[in-house]
Amino acid sequence: MPHFFKTIFTKNSKLNTDQLILKKTVVSFFFFFVLGGTAFWGWQWLRHQPTDSGKTSAPIRRILNTNEKIFNGWLSDKHLAKQYPVSMAADPARVNGNLGLKTPLDTANWAMNVIRAKGDTLKIKLEDLRRLPKTEITFNFKCIEGWSQVTHWGGVKFSEFIRAYGLSEEAGMKYLGLSTPDKQYYVGIDMPSALHPQTLLCYELNDKPLPMDQGYPLRLIIPVKYGVKSLKRIGDMYFSNERTPDYWADKKGYDYFSGL
Amino acid sequence: MKKIVKKHPLAIRWFHWINFPVLAIMIWSGLLIYWANDVYRIGFGSTTLLKFFPNSFYQAFKIPYRLSEGMAYHFVFMWLFFLNGIAYVLYTIISGEWRLLLPNRHSFKEAWQVLLHDLHIRKTKPVQGKYNAAQRIAYSAIIVMGIGSILTGLAIYKPVQLEWLCILFGGYKFARIIHFALTIGYVLFFLVHIIQVILAGWNNFRAIVTGFEVEKVKEEPVPEEPLN
Repeated sequence: MPHFFKTIFTKNSKLNTDQLILKKTVVSFFFFFVLGGTAFWGWQWLRHQPTDSGKTSAPIRRILNTNEKIFNGWLSDKHLAKQYPVSMAADPARVNGNLGLKTPLDTANWAMNVIRAKGDTLKIKLEDLRRLPKTEITFNFKCIEGWSQVTHWGGVKFSEFIRAYGLSEEAGMKYLGLSTPDKQYYVGIDMPSALHPQTLLCYELNDKPLPMDQGYPLRLIIPVKYGVKSLKRIGDMYFSNERTPDYWADKKGYDYFSGL
Repeated sequence: MKKIVKKHPLAIRWFHWINFPVLAIMIWSGLLIYWANDVYRIGFGSTTLLKFFPNSFYQAFKIPYRLSEGMAYHFVFMWLFFLNGIAYVLYTIISGEWRLLLPNRHSFKEAWQVLLHDLHIRKTKPVQGKYNAAQRIAYSAIIVMGIGSILTGLAIYKPVQLEWLCILFGGYKFARIIHFALTIGYVLFFLVHIIQVILAGWNNFRAIVTGFEVEKVKEEPVPEEPLN
């Protein structure tokens, strides 16, 4: 053993070839295991960071937010989701969730509450929206689970709605929030994505009123985001400069933006 | 007599050993994502020969119901995979190592000889520089695959903003299939790589850690009588 250590700490020039091979091998593997161990320790550290309510740790969340800053740089009103011929649209469209739809809907009294400020709420009926110019879109709807489906929707552009109701001041804020009438489901959306020309307040699927399980009477269709953001059955609409609550990001650890 | 011969530069050893755990994390987190829509299989008609993946596989690796965790780790570690890959490619170009790595006009013929030799069908040893012909092809292909993973990954990550990229890979659904198939490719590469490393032995493995190989050199025969 002392011989071994003597070899390791002897100058290369004083060693014969066999000793040099031994020394170089031992030194290299020593660093190899030290660095490997450090990497493993780093991984363990990352895995054991305290998590937020969405079960995502702060370092991970920081990088996801940075990702969005980088990739949102590409977000542009000129980058449109590809449109398909209506004939390619699925009928019926896939139904993938019923969050926020479990409470029976009071169909007769439904209205969208646009909360401009505390105590200043606009009530928008479906007929009001139908009076605005209608936009139809047939695009490949993408679910965060990984499947996609070409679907055909109709409604009023969110940006058109903002113009028609003089809500440009509200839309000047950074985030839009939507929730279902029973408040069981809610999404937060960055305003540039909400104002994207393909974002619809949607009341038709395949030229017919939305089915109940597709969010009757009014839902969001936002092709620049995963389907989780296309909230079914809008109850409240609100605006904020802080991030608005988001079910999947706050509770389940998904990325807040989920942009495409 | 033994001789110490330099084989792998320090930079390449770093790239190799960074890539190993990073790619492992990418494959693991990718599985967490894939599980949420696990529709791929090998088969014909309604007959399935191989389903990706059987339930037992998911259970064994604790895959189910971890989509958000998978996405989070995938989109964090993609940066390391990308930066390490770029560094490797740039280093290979700048240092001139690419000459030892890229296949040349003899490689495809020679690779066949390597295969026959490795399968003990052919006795004569094929030409072995730093990398033999089969290695040149395999190690160059893996770079192309890495680039493919990054591009198809980007295509399905931002299919609206990068629509042209999505179209280039045959659309959203097909880009996801390519992204998945490349991953299966890495796993197959890894299996063959491990077998080859084990067969090649300690001297070869040591080189990817220490950088050198030990070569036996014949001692010059000393003439018994002085020549006139």
